[in-house]
Amino acid sequence: MSETVRRRGRVGYLLLLPALLWLGVFFVIPFYSLMATSLYDPGGSDFRGYRMAWAWGNYSEVVHAYWPELVRSLVYGAVATLLCLVLGYVLAYAIAFKAGRWKNLMLVLVVAPFFTSFLIRTLSWKLILADDGFVVNTLQAAHLLGADGRLLATPVAVIAGLTYNFLPYMVLPLYASLDKIDHLLIEASGDLYANPFVGFFKVTWPLSLPGVVSGTLLTFIPAAGDFINVKLLGSPNQRMIGNVIESQFTDANNYPAAAALSVVLMAIIVAIVLVYVRRAGTEELL
Amino acid sequence: MSQVADTVEATAETGEEFDGLRLRGVTKDFATFTAVDDLDLDVPRGSFFALLGPSGCGKTTTLRMVAGLETPTSGTITLAGQDITHDRPYRRPVNTVFQSYALFPHLDVFENVAFGLRRRRQRDVKGPVNEMLELVELTSQARKKPAQLSGGQQQRVALARALINKPEVLLLDEPLGALDLKLRRAMQLELKRIQTEVGLTFVHVTHDQEEAMTMADTVAVMNKGVIEQLGAPDQLYENPESTFVANFLGQSNLIEGRVRSRAADVVTVDMHGIDVSVPAARAHADGELGWVGIRPEKVLIGDEGEALDAPGNTIPGGVVTDVSFYGVSTQYLVRMPWGQELQVFEQNTGRRRLFRHGDRVELSWRPEYAFLLDHHQDASAGAQQGAEE
Amino acid sequence: MIGRWLRERIVLILGLVVLVYTFVPIAIVVAMSFNIPPSRNVYAFDRFTLDNWAHPCIGAEGMCESLGVSIQIGLLATLGATVLGTLAAFALVRHDFVGRSSTNLLIFLPMASPEIVMGSSLLALFVSAGFAGQLGFWTILVAHIMFCLSFVVVTVRARLAGMDDTLEQAAMDLYATPTETFWRVTFPLVFPGILGAALLSFSLSFDDFIVTNLNAGQTTTFPMYVWGVEGKGVPMAVNVVGTLMFLVSIVIVVGGELNNRRRARALA
Repeated sequence: MSETVRRRGRVGYLLLLPALLWLGVFFVIPFYSLMATSLYDPGGSDFRGYRMAWAWGNYSEVVHAYWPELVRSLVYGAVATLLCLVLGYVLAYAIAFKAGRWKNLMLVLVVAPFFTSFLIRTLSWKLILADDGFVVNTLQAAHLLGADGRLLATPVAVIAGLTYNFLPYMVLPLYASLDKIDHLLIEASGDLYANPFVGFFKVTWPLSLPGVVSGTLLTFIPAAGDFINVKLLGSPNQRMIGNVIESQFTDANNYPAAAALSVVLMAIIVAIVLVYVRRAGTEELL
Repeated sequence: MSQVADTVEATAETGEEFDGLRLRGVTKDFATFTAVDDLDLDVPRGSFFALLGPSGCGKTTTLRMVAGLETPTSGTITLAGQDITHDRPYRRPVNTVFQSYALFPHLDVFENVAFGLRRRRQRDVKGPVNEMLELVELTSQARKKPAQLSGGQQQRVALARALINKPEVLLLDEPLGALDLKLRRAMQLELKRIQTEVGLTFVHVTHDQEEAMTMADTVAVMNKGVIEQLGAPDQLYENPESTFVANFLGQSNLIEGRVRSRAADVVTVDMHGIDVSVPAARAHADGELGWVGIRPEKVLIGDEGEALDAPGNTIPGGVVTDVSFYGVSTQYLVRMPWGQELQVFEQNTGRRRLFRHGDRVELSWRPEYAFLLDHHQDASAGAQQGAEE
Repeated sequence: MIGRWLRERIVLILGLVVLVYTFVPIAIVVAMSFNIPPSRNVYAFDRFTLDNWAHPCIGAEGMCESLGVSIQIGLLATLGATVLGTLAAFALVRHDFVGRSSTNLLIFLPMASPEIVMGSSLLALFVSAGFAGQLGFWTILVAHIMFCLSFVVVTVRARLAGMDDTLEQAAMDLYATPTETFWRVTFPLVFPGILGAALLSFSLSFDDFIVTNLNAGQTTTFPMYVWGVEGKGVPMAVNVVGTLMFLVSIVIVVGGELNNRRRARALA
């Protein structure tokens, strides 16, 4: 009886209409514009205007010119996602099962740092990883880094920044699915499997998979499309696809190329999401 | 109070005699099943009426139609002669105590109770609310939020919140279901006291047969969307008209029999070779075959040949197969010559000896306690559901 | 003994280490807000000062203006997204309509699209529609409402779906008209969800750089200001803003948590 009764009729459509219109006009239609722009005559510019030319060549050109950036974005995104998964899992597990009455407070603390501006936080990392900073000096003293070795302007710094910035996107879904697991199940697994690691991989991990899938997607998608971390912590050698798109739009004013790259990025991400979700067997997430 | 005046007027105009709640031909179809099937029901004003049945029998749907939370597929519902079938819930003088209580979590106890008065723009709210809180003994809790109260207290807030509106009919949807047994017994007495005190019509939905029998003046036993039988609790218990009622309300021994003769006041049935008689008023079967019913506590158990104080129906040849000693009573299972096991409850008065497993015994009962049911009905109907609770 | 103690707490300790790690940059931000850098181009800690706090706008040309723009856009975007999103959430939970699954997909997609794609799509639209010259405050606002909307719908929908609808039936049963039922029962109960969605919207809007940068024209928001001064020497006053953002969010979330605790204690 407590099941929600959904009312039929016009009111539902009226309530939904403004939001759908907004998303239609400013999310769906723009995507069509983007695809159209990607096929414009590449010779156009802001001043001369653009012309629809069905220039499919734009795609082969940008892929040919920027495939290293594309691959790098996916690799950096994947590595950062993996690191987030390790760090995030430990944190989410601790909150869900070990924090006791501090659970909610810890959850709040996970989110709190991320209310401070993304850019300011990344600037802090620039300071932490600076050439004569504490971290670099320590690593040099331990001979983990050469005497003139550095972290800034290396893939390490970019990936570290990505990992840090997108960590909450991993922790929250992981926590949500871990928190749903009945604690008795884990205790029972302790009885059944002498080794707690075996117990973890037989019981906890499979049950947390929905959180793992949504967490990795929520981390990977923005990380692969990011360009702020490269700009602040990396160098042109670490350029990711986001940097290329951004500069093609704002500096080079090459709209067709930038649009084509955006479409390619979106297509790759959609393909990855579909394959990944199907493999993980969690279609219901979508 | 103006409502009462209106009602009286309406009754006078239509010449309607009945001033209670009346359902006529009420049917409710859902997409896949019929929850309530052509139901007729009269609830007299001022009575404590129970709708009793297993879950899914349609009792809650019936209640929700009276409350206006569901619309009947067909049929009419009238209250004091006025058709309220299609009135919106907030337009009918009916209030509900929900199974989950549905107390407003963001309002304190006082405001929960005052809710209905405020919606009806009543000027004096404080007086009646305090009075009502006193009635349910929650005066000291007035400023607490519902979540701070115990289950029993929440239940009383829900009751007060409905009662304060002085509805024509108060609907109670399994109001005690969430309470533990001890609290439930206490609240049963409490509810009965309040109903007597305020004199309103209560319609109480429950699956607990004991609750229905102890509290209500009239019980309607519902099954599969229809009312199987309606009457005072003792009448239902003593003279059930269907196997469902016989099994759902208490327990019954049902023994197959063939009708040998029907006289004006007595029906004689051949029960596996033994003639037993059943008063005609308690025979509810027209066919040749029937179920002879007898409540376990009406059956006397004795040694073979022992003269028992029950002239009429004596059935020899039983063997005790199980003895459960309960202190106040003893329950026996006795295997009869035709293979059926009958139940016998005996009070431990100390005047009779206890029988043991394997003892040969004979059973007997006074004819006026037996009843006869239609053989087409399933002899186990309602037994499981009744026993579960 | 110590081995056992450690074994039982190792996960919690590691979790706390990760948590501390998330706060390291915040500590730097706070420290830098009291700093006079050795020179304008060197982003390092040198000398303690309160000047950044006393006069944040001095020496940080354009920062306070950009902050004003960000706050205005943040508030308006929050208002717009919260209203549209809340209405849609009610429709999704309480009403039946054709095309439910495509609607859900449409609401989900903006959350799953890379910002760079959303930003460039919008720019492509504005340019094709001939708005290239009018990029600025309003195009930023439109974009922010767009990407906050989905988050509002999801947050409010969760709150609504978790609400027992017998409460509304009880209100109707107690003589409340549908309008009264909504304002007296439904709205107060959904309000915490709406408030949470609004806070989330504001922080998403206030912090956005990627989408904003592509559609801003000559308008400068606070993140764009930071981006612009990076490389030219970041004024330490930026860290004052960062610290304030952190403090405000801590006050809001910890305050909310303490409020919950107080309520929970009252129950005991």
